[in-house]
Amino acid sequence: MTPNGKFGVIGKPLPKVDAVAKVTGRAIYADDMLLPRTLHCRILRSPHPHARILSIDTSAARRIPGVQAVITGADLPIKFGILPVTQDERALEHEKVRYVGDPIAAVAAIDEEIAAAACDAIGVEYEVLDAVMSIDEALVAPKDEPIQDYGGPHNIHKLVALEFGDVESGFTRADHIREDVFFFQGSTHLPMEQHSATATYMDGRITLWSSTQVVHYVHRALSKVLELPMNRIRVIGAAHGGGFGGKTDPFAHEMIVCKLAMMTGRPVKCTLTREEVFYAHRGRHPVLMWVRTGVTRDGLITAMHFRTALDGGAYGSYGVASTFYTGALQTVTYDIPAYRFEGCRVFTNKPPCGPKRGHGTPQPRFALELHLEKIALDLGIDPVDLKQRNFVKAHTRTVNWLRVTSCGLDECTERVMTASGYRNREKRPGHGMGFAISSYLSGAGTAIYWNDMPHSEVQIKVDRGGVTAFCGAMDIGQGSDSVLATIVAEELGLQPADVRLVTADTDTTPIDLGSYSSRVTFMAGNAAIEAGRKMRGMLIEAVAAKMKCDAAAIEVGSGRIGDFSFEEASVLAEGRFGTLTTAGSYTPPKIAGPYKGSGVGPSPAYSYTACVVGLDADARTGLVRVNKIWIAHDVGRAINPLLVEGQVEGSVYMGLGEALMEEQAFRKGLHKWPSMLEYKSPTFLDMPEVETFIVETVDPEGPYGAKEAGQGPLLPVPPAVCSAVYDALGVWIDEVPVTPEKIVEALRRKQKGEPARFGPARFPTIPYPPTIKVEPPPKDLDRAAAASI
Amino acid sequence: MLRLPRFKYLRPKTAREAARMAADLGPRAMFVAGGTDLFPKLKRRQFDIETLIALDFLPRDIRNGSIDCVVGAGVTLAAASRDEHLTQSFAGYAEAAGLVSSPPLRNAGTVGGNLCVDTRCNYYDMTYEWRKAAGFCMKKDGDICLVAPSSPRCWAVSSSDTAPMAIALDCVVSLTGPDGERELPVSALYRDDGIEYMAKQPSEVVTSLKLSAHRDTRTAYAKVRRRGSIDFPIAGAAVAIQLDGDRVVRCRIVLSAVASHPLEATAAEAFLKGKRVEADAIRETADIAAKPAKPLDNADLSHFWRKRMVRIVVEQALLEATTKTPGSKVKLLGQPQE
Amino acid sequence: MKQEVLREVERVVLALDVNGERTELLLPVHKTLLEVLREDMQLTGTKHGCELGECGTCTVLIDGRAELSCLVLPIQVEGRAITTIEGMARGAELHPLQQAFAELGAAQCGYCTPGILLSAKSLLETNARPSRDEIREALAGNLCRCTGYSKILDAVELAAGRMS
Repeated sequence: MTPNGKFGVIGKPLPKVDAVAKVTGRAIYADDMLLPRTLHCRILRSPHPHARILSIDTSAARRIPGVQAVITGADLPIKFGILPVTQDERALEHEKVRYVGDPIAAVAAIDEEIAAAACDAIGVEYEVLDAVMSIDEALVAPKDEPIQDYGGPHNIHKLVALEFGDVESGFTRADHIREDVFFFQGSTHLPMEQHSATATYMDGRITLWSSTQVVHYVHRALSKVLELPMNRIRVIGAAHGGGFGGKTDPFAHEMIVCKLAMMTGRPVKCTLTREEVFYAHRGRHPVLMWVRTGVTRDGLITAMHFRTALDGGAYGSYGVASTFYTGALQTVTYDIPAYRFEGCRVFTNKPPCGPKRGHGTPQPRFALELHLEKIALDLGIDPVDLKQRNFVKAHTRTVNWLRVTSCGLDECTERVMTASGYRNREKRPGHGMGFAISSYLSGAGTAIYWNDMPHSEVQIKVDRGGVTAFCGAMDIGQGSDSVLATIVAEELGLQPADVRLVTADTDTTPIDLGSYSSRVTFMAGNAAIEAGRKMRGMLIEAVAAKMKCDAAAIEVGSGRIGDFSFEEASVLAEGRFGTLTTAGSYTPPKIAGPYKGSGVGPSPAYSYTACVVGLDADARTGLVRVNKIWIAHDVGRAINPLLVEGQVEGSVYMGLGEALMEEQAFRKGLHKWPSMLEYKSPTFLDMPEVETFIVETVDPEGPYGAKEAGQGPLLPVPPAVCSAVYDALGVWIDEVPVTPEKIVEALRRKQKGEPARFGPARFPTIPYPPTIKVEPPPKDLDRAAAASI
Repeated sequence: MLRLPRFKYLRPKTAREAARMAADLGPRAMFVAGGTDLFPKLKRRQFDIETLIALDFLPRDIRNGSIDCVVGAGVTLAAASRDEHLTQSFAGYAEAAGLVSSPPLRNAGTVGGNLCVDTRCNYYDMTYEWRKAAGFCMKKDGDICLVAPSSPRCWAVSSSDTAPMAIALDCVVSLTGPDGERELPVSALYRDDGIEYMAKQPSEVVTSLKLSAHRDTRTAYAKVRRRGSIDFPIAGAAVAIQLDGDRVVRCRIVLSAVASHPLEATAAEAFLKGKRVEADAIRETADIAAKPAKPLDNADLSHFWRKRMVRIVVEQALLEATTKTPGSKVKLLGQPQE
Repeated sequence: MKQEVLREVERVVLALDVNGERTELLLPVHKTLLEVLREDMQLTGTKHGCELGECGTCTVLIDGRAELSCLVLPIQVEGRAITTIEGMARGAELHPLQQAFAELGAAQCGYCTPGILLSAKSLLETNARPSRDEIREALAGNLCRCTGYSKILDAVELAAGRMS
């Protein structure tokens, strides 16, 4: 920051630091790497959704000329998983397969076509077991055996039941109570880049280049599975072709290439096919939801009871966290004085679900927003008014102990209301507008595994005028490298282009937990500020000594420190202090509530979004055309508004895809359409104009006040679409995707005098455990802390 | 990376030479023109071939006579969709060509290729590994139809956008076989079978498409697909209508993507003939046209909805052909806006 | 079923004109242009997302027109001018489209970017000032999962304005 209080580079729409590499095709993505003597790996996958493996015969595959190694589960028997509580995956399964696409064997060969042919030559004998393909089937006794050997009863993976405040008396106080059931279909991330990894093994050390969002967690998992100490493994994040949460787990192919490299002494590469990417998945959980809310005559919420059932697929992945997330963030947008949450995740014989943009929260957001719309209609209150009356206030604690700091809900709402003309919209059949809001984390408040270490660390080295910043953070296209460079540049009075970056390399960079839960700007950003200010202090001190003046009088900015250029200043400082290195780190505040499961939901700050969707919907065909989307996002502070807009627009795109067409669907145990032709991702012609408003509330704990932008803006899009369809045609589509056939069916029901909706009829009976009752936080909990900021 | 199987690649200089090669080599050889349909299917191992016979020699010009327009089979769909003569005199054809898949595919895909495009089914247009897991179907490697297991035949869907229009326009294709050339109406080029969907000999090469202009014939093609680009049709209607004032003298209505061949709605054609073009007649015609369409659950969205959409696309195409200036595009909701 | 791998590989010597440079290569005839560019010519700027013609990621220009390199055999394009992303900049100077994409944040993960840039280049060479809808039509074969397309449209408009 310059002395007059204005920022040098923060808030400026500067190009990303890797923009030129990306527009010239010079960025090296994982599949672009080709080390000398590389062997190519293909993986044999299960053709059955559920089966015991009786035998695997690899002899014919080994005889094919060009095949260098064939491995099966016996070669990699140690289990792993992203969460410590669900270490249930093997790189290769040799006992049992749990979904079509479960990896069984892997081949390394001199080229990919030989490796593929060798996979086809591997003989596997199976005992086919009954497959469980739905939530309902998972809740009853399996015909053969449960999918996993933990959890239960039946194929239930996880059950949660929590109550905050006195829900019963809240309902007693209500003038009106409403119940609804919703379904949010699963979808996949569909990054343009297929997962890819290359490993080398030399002198007892493994190096892995991978398309991953989480080099640190891959590092840990490799150490466990390969039985090598972490200091013998180096994981490097290659230029990244898109994640959206889909590259946030350690994956089988990453373990496999390492093992094959260790066996063959040659580099081994594995790039998944597009179809395999659909099987790797870890995408949006399909979630069935039931919600019951009590309100006063004026529409103020008195109590809410929310139930979810998640279709988890065959393995744990992030599922336990996902389950808690389906109940966590309802309270950070609306003031709910008493809240009960019951969640359930089941195993099914499908590719495992996990975190996709918004992780576990777009589904309940969809239900909650539409549910409140319906309540508003019941009461004859404008839905926007009803929602606004219940908005949380800044600097409060929710009933489930989540600490809200800055909150721009009102401003976001006003921005989209004004721009869209929602309140004065023309009411005519076939045309509709819908409104919804949302919130998301700026980083999870707790790490995935228990430890007391910082969540992010940044080191800065200044040497002969050159600045290098080191951080484990992985730029997945969202621009985290640019954010780091911008922050370091701001502190040192430079331009982002002056800062060299070394990121996402476990050998050379200090830890950052990875690009998930919208954590990098907030956490790595704060760490960078700390490291940057320390470096700035050393430079100023050296310059002040030379100028024989008070350090407070030294101005930093425009490439100068006091009377000296940055380069001259750095030489002065190096002469005074020796090697110039500083470090900063960030650990989130310990703000979780005093109950089991409280680790999911807390974040140092929440972003807020409001959205209006304007569309045409045709009653004869059920076809929907979205004409325009207005979206306002409270990002706290836009470190780079260009990147924030990009994140918001991209979130809107993905939310619209989920609202209208994307669907991870299955038929007869198989993924119905594992291709980019049949899995419908919107094209240029399906995307409306988006008008984006950046709202800056300047969060007290965020770097320069910044929060997050990468995930929150997806959330309001699906409910706003459904609300607009109701506005246009008078029917509720209580599930996504909103396909034309569902609209036609809802209209048919309406015409027959049945309820004018399409959606799930009921919520299943689930054996939830006894509810754990949690006292709400005391009113003045954060007052002392707030005063100290 | 999905890769092609190994094959030999032959480059005949003429259609006759190509046809002779195909006749000699039998079913283990296939022709390739633009490759936009063939290569994905080869990568998914939907054909077992040893040899590809390149059709590089196919004419790439559009010759306009006073009545006829002869489009070389090697003309790309992009070129056909933009050709001045086609857009003016055969607007529906140009429109259909311009709605095939996506821009880069239209730059490679050819007029001949789109007439010969393989029938599609979402149990069949899958990778080898997927089909192995699902159980192979009768169209490739198996012996039952997975969409209608009790059926003795294959129900893969004709998915050409231009073939219905070519039939509606009474187009004629020139075929070159090993022993000579012949002309065949496009309406006689197809069979109602998902596997043996073409009536020509496998060794015959489509060398050109002849369109004939009847004065006062107006044409239009309406297509439904989920997205504005890339997708194959899930319902489509090609209409060619000859008017005397506002009275229908002659009318052809051909449906795409609702059967294993382009399906001509003959009852609807007969109904509309002699009638005046007005909203009620068009609506009734569309209702009649939709009756023979029997989409099954083997393409995008439900077959119930696709059946419902047949009526809509016929109506759209008739409206466009009779009320709009030739070449203007009526867009369905969900399709790109003007 | 998969017996073809045991078949003999037919190899051909081809002279390819890529980015104005003529290169002679001995290639298996069944290898696609995408594979040859990336694996035999180290032109890894051309990316791939499906290899089935469904995503547009591997778009290159052939005689100035956008085609998908995953569905083209080198033998089919011998003697024709092939342009990849590596051939877009003039020396170290970015093409105006590349410049605009960089300035406006039109590349996020950047994986679809080479294909989209080439489709846009082809468009601007035939239509110097396209409308926003014409840009949409021309780029409709290229999927992007990051940007929501807005910034890409802005960047093509900006470049078109600067170029004319």
